[in-house]
Amino acid sequence: MVSARFLASAPRTENLRRSWYKFSRNRLSIVGLCTVLLVTFLAVFAPLVAPYPQHASAFVDFANASRAPCPSYPFGTDVVGRDIMSRIFFGFRFSLVMGVVVLSLVVPPGVILGLVAGYYQGTWLDTVIMRTTDIFLAVPPLVLALAICSVLTPNLFNAMLAVSLMWWPWYCRLVYGLASTLRSEFFVVSAELIGASKFHILFREILSNCVSPIFTKISLDMGWVILIGASLSFVGLGAQPPTPDLGTMVADGSKYLPDQWWIAVFPALAIVLVVLGFNLLGDGLRDMLGAEEV
Amino acid sequence: MSFAAFLGRRAAHSIFVLLGLSILIFIIARIMPGDPARMAVGARAPQWVVDNLREQMHLTEPLYMQYVYWLRDALRGDFGISLVTRRPVAADIKEFFPATLELALFAGIINGAGGIMLGAISAWQKDRWVDNVVRVISYLGVVTPSFVFAILFLLLFGMTLNWAPTMGRLSQEITRPATVTGLLTIDSLLARNPAAFFDSIWHLILPAVALALGGMSQEARITRSTMADNLSKDYIASARALGIPGSVIMRSFLLKPSLIPTVSILGLDFAATLGNAFLVELIFVWPGMSRYGINAMLRKDLNAISAVILVLGVVFILTNIAVDIIVARLDPRIQLGGGRSE
Repeated sequence: MVSARFLASAPRTENLRRSWYKFSRNRLSIVGLCTVLLVTFLAVFAPLVAPYPQHASAFVDFANASRAPCPSYPFGTDVVGRDIMSRIFFGFRFSLVMGVVVLSLVVPPGVILGLVAGYYQGTWLDTVIMRTTDIFLAVPPLVLALAICSVLTPNLFNAMLAVSLMWWPWYCRLVYGLASTLRSEFFVVSAELIGASKFHILFREILSNCVSPIFTKISLDMGWVILIGASLSFVGLGAQPPTPDLGTMVADGSKYLPDQWWIAVFPALAIVLVVLGFNLLGDGLRDMLGAEEV
Repeated sequence: MSFAAFLGRRAAHSIFVLLGLSILIFIIARIMPGDPARMAVGARAPQWVVDNLREQMHLTEPLYMQYVYWLRDALRGDFGISLVTRRPVAADIKEFFPATLELALFAGIINGAGGIMLGAISAWQKDRWVDNVVRVISYLGVVTPSFVFAILFLLLFGMTLNWAPTMGRLSQEITRPATVTGLLTIDSLLARNPAAFFDSIWHLILPAVALALGGMSQEARITRSTMADNLSKDYIASARALGIPGSVIMRSFLLKPSLIPTVSILGLDFAATLGNAFLVELIFVWPGMSRYGINAMLRKDLNAISAVILVLGVVFILTNIAVDIIVARLDPRIQLGGGRSE
């Protein structure tokens, strides 16, 4: 938890060098970083790097339908002749958007509620907030997200909304644990003594010491949120065809097992690749920032 | 704190969580756009039928009264009629839940046994090649979603190698044993029907392993790290110095203290397993509650959705209480319901 903040006297480049050293000591962290960069690159520049960008949505080419992997279609084509590889690149776009949108919706409220509950530990605020998280955590998040998606109209937007509603308690729990120990630290007590405002104590004194674990968790969660989004669309309650979502592609492809195995297997491996990349990166960040709590 | 007081406090907390969950479910069921009564009878029914049904479903009363009626019925085990099967939801759940329970329990056993074994081997062989192999495999296991495992198993072991069946709980030529518990493995043992017993295990293997691998990898990682910590402690060094053989050290001194975090995580994993069962049951055409739940969700069958979620909540809460009791039994330092005495 002793983050770079406390080494502020050292020159900034020195700090960066030291962090990079800590991060890169584990070669797997570098692998994770490269995977995430690669996936991001492919997603952002999908229209330029995909071999057949027009295959991303509704497109039919029956002459080349159900082709096994070959030089011109490295991952094969699906039953209507769309290039699987191009669709995976575009699929990364939806996955990353899902992760970024959900986490930016979830982290602020989760963190603030956790801060308040942790700082006012033992009061009614603590009870109300933390018992509410208990209720949300009493059912697997996937199931509640599925239920919410099902009563709304299934689409990408509602999927993001549903996952967000299920995800905030985890940040609340994490920050609650940190804040409830930090509140009795000397720097918080002395800030209280000199009459600092509650806002200052919560956000400047306590929150700034929770930053490393929060960032580590965000990096790890990117993978999990993408996975839960893919699970929703796998069932048919998330992004709808012809959106090239990885989960939808796996679900479509699983109808054609075992003969056209590539239609399901390559998108499935792409999901694994994304989750793996963000996890390795998150583990590297944890080592670098010393955030063992996550 | 006495054991009874601990149980009482846990029960009170559980009832609170379940009440909260019921409110949450009620809200989810009510945010759906459209009229539930109209949904139930279909678009072509005349308006007076809908109005009658609205009266019957208490939809004309204020929202909080609707919740009270809903809760009262739910407590009696009455979740209404399923729109899909046209049967009482409670009867559907009773029929489908045992299949999911059997699958999840089987997965839980594989998860716990496999995870502890791999973790122990890994810690014992720390930094040798066995350890490295286990660590790589368990990392991949953690990041691979269970539905990807399910599809790969289906393709490889089910369809290509034909090692195990890929659909349902029992082969067609096997007569189903009389239903006692609903768990086919136990029922067939009770009926002294070895053919059905082995056949049901055979059907369980692929979905259960696909469900278990993620959790198992997690357990292996946690067991490894706690056990490796404990291995470097003084009491192990002195046991070794006394010439106590390694297998005895492992069994008598190392396993029990190293299992505490593993058991806690095992409880949480059970919930995740029930969630992942929603996808795995779909892939292996497993006639369980999760597949029933998914079908209900795809058809907006609110009564069935509510019941499935509530049942999952109850299972999760019971599991957590069980885990707390087991952990307290394993660790004499934990005082039930309170802090640790060091």
